Amino acid sequence: MCGLAGALVLGEGVPFPDLTVMIGTLLHRGPDGTRYLRSAPCAMAHARLSIVDLETGGQPMANEDETIWTVLNGEIFNFVELRAELVARGHRFRSRSDTEVIVHAYEEYGDSFVERLNGQFAIALWDDRRKRLLLARDRAGIRPLFYARSAGCLLFASEMKAILAVAPETSALDERGLAQIFTFWGPVGERTVFNGVRSLPPGHLLLAEEGVQRLVQYWDWTFPEGSGRTDLPVADAAEELRALLSDAVRLQLRSDVPVGAYVSGGLDSAGIAGLVTKTSGRELRTFSITFDDSEFDESEYQQLVVRHLGLQHTAVHCRYRDIADIFPDLIWHTEAPVLRTAPAPLMLLSRHVRDSGYKVVLTGDGADEVFGGYDLFKEGKIRRFWARQPHSRRRPLLLSRLYPYLARSPVANRHFARAFFGQRLGELDNPFYAHLTRWAAVRGVARLLTPEFRASLDLSNVERELAATLPATFERYAPLARDQYIEVKTLLQGYLLSSQGDRVSMAHSVEARVPYLDHRVIELAGALSGRYKLRGLQEKVLLRKALAGLVPERIIARTKQPYRAPDSRSFFEAGKPLPYVAELVSASNLRRTGYFDPGAVGHLVEKCRTGRALGAADNMAFVGMISTLLLHEHFLAGGSRFRSRGRACH
Amino acid sequence: MSLRAELKEFILRNFLLTRDGSVFGDSDSLTERGILDSTGALELVLHLEERYGIKVDDEELHPDNLDSIEKMAAFVERKRRLARQSAP
Repeated sequence: MCGLAGALVLGEGVPFPDLTVMIGTLLHRGPDGTRYLRSAPCAMAHARLSIVDLETGGQPMANEDETIWTVLNGEIFNFVELRAELVARGHRFRSRSDTEVIVHAYEEYGDSFVERLNGQFAIALWDDRRKRLLLARDRAGIRPLFYARSAGCLLFASEMKAILAVAPETSALDERGLAQIFTFWGPVGERTVFNGVRSLPPGHLLLAEEGVQRLVQYWDWTFPEGSGRTDLPVADAAEELRALLSDAVRLQLRSDVPVGAYVSGGLDSAGIAGLVTKTSGRELRTFSITFDDSEFDESEYQQLVVRHLGLQHTAVHCRYRDIADIFPDLIWHTEAPVLRTAPAPLMLLSRHVRDSGYKVVLTGDGADEVFGGYDLFKEGKIRRFWARQPHSRRRPLLLSRLYPYLARSPVANRHFARAFFGQRLGELDNPFYAHLTRWAAVRGVARLLTPEFRASLDLSNVERELAATLPATFERYAPLARDQYIEVKTLLQGYLLSSQGDRVSMAHSVEARVPYLDHRVIELAGALSGRYKLRGLQEKVLLRKALAGLVPERIIARTKQPYRAPDSRSFFEAGKPLPYVAELVSASNLRRTGYFDPGAVGHLVEKCRTGRALGAADNMAFVGMISTLLLHEHFLAGGSRFRSRGRACH
Repeated sequence: MSLRAELKEFILRNFLLTRDGSVFGDSDSLTERGILDSTGALELVLHLEERYGIKVDDEELHPDNLDSIEKMAAFVERKRRLARQSAP
């Protein structure tokens, strides 16, 4: 795991940008050494986090005759098998590094080498013979990679700040990107919040050759047309899944430094810890977060898992003030506004992991998307069932089964729940049917915008833009598969794997590995009927079966509780906003920045200050506003006055 | 200020974060307009109990009583009348 940056010069006489400046912004990703390659017209820099082949694994790395060079951010987990295959075909290796298989595999297989990789990676590869640059990103989008055109160069980097540092003109706000975040929680596809910077989408290559750039998709989440496989007995499917998960964990334990794991108290992370300890016999060091507030705290279940598996465990206790203190630095790392504070405690956790001497952790992320774990999927199922008999009095009663973990649930009152979830009930052909109520709540942030800025964001157009990107077969997917696909393209790729994933672990040089997003696991689950995932209103049926015996029975039986953290309450003390919050929401700052209406902000701040902001929409609006204002300060106003306040990151 | 105007002012300020009264009419359904959900209903009840000194029972927490400014005003008037009648 590392940071990479580079440039391809596109014209005669154009100088390279300052690579030391670019890579200098990414040292948190790779504190173990920096190296460069300048081979006109391409230049690359690499900041290393040493995990595999500590002695000879430095990058950039070349093939035998140094005509192909590469830098890698991430891991190629099946490098042992690939290396053996390539050695058998006559390739000579200089190191034991996973990175080196990339140049030889490219020589051997051309662009399709990427389909042979099992890993989480962002790759830049320079083919000097063909004067050709290849950028590649892993299938699920675990590792980031951005690019931009500036001053006659194609720039690329692991984080956008490396590009902005040498091409400040690319940092103008992209209103479409912000509109997507204010609806889906994250930008979609190539979009970012900066007008001049593009994200290489997951499962894609970018090829730059002879002045032409081409984007090529090599993989996507696929679901069957119709219901999917139903012929496999559940017990057989569970056995197959367990074998595959064991193999994914075996590969992801490959490392020359110790590997730890996160334990949230839920099924997914417990399953990973169970697979490590019970199938590999390894002792495992684990980490978790605890909260004061019982609505968020899962320490009881964490301890249950710890005792059952005999884990060596420590927890970070996160108080309200900790969230507010680290929040400005969090937005420096996410490079995007966030609608919830949940990434902040994870950033505190990665600091604890690093302080404990660990660089690598396994996490349970991705299981809810792959195996149908979210309440949103149940909400879609109930609403579709109800829509078949819209006048039924009994069918909407099923709504009471949703969101049991919320202290103030939208289903708490059945009469209002019926009215609320009954909106747009008949729009069964809408591709976003399950997501409509959630997105309406997220868009509540629009109440805070000035009329001019609200008009320029044009939030009403965001769903149409997403619809235009859906695959041709989407309409023929089963309803649950449609909901899964949308969830992956919006929340998982745009937010969970970035703002709540890579960015918060790499802020403290910790590599998070994600076994549930091994592409073989995704493909196995994707091919199966929804019955193996959501049976009745029981979520992740197949995964529960596959993990039975590995984790405590109470964890197997436990209903999904998504990881969350306290929101607006974190930013107030003794009925007052914290000083930096007061500065951000002051009328003068709001008028200067121009995004938010001082009157509307005043109403919401007053509501939050007095503890009367009870609902999700108000909390998302507040956190979205604060994070947008911080993004402006960090990247658009060019200042650093809010960074590293209090006890933030080091 | 009339009861309806007061209630509308609260809904505008508390849920829509604005003072622009043209956003919805007194007879418009607040749930259909996406303004009021279960959590919002709790915030509304807290306000009605504090501001008007009435007690809202669980079974009264129903869109028939609270889903528009008109319904809300009628409900508050009814509750106040009943309170006056039962006063010693």
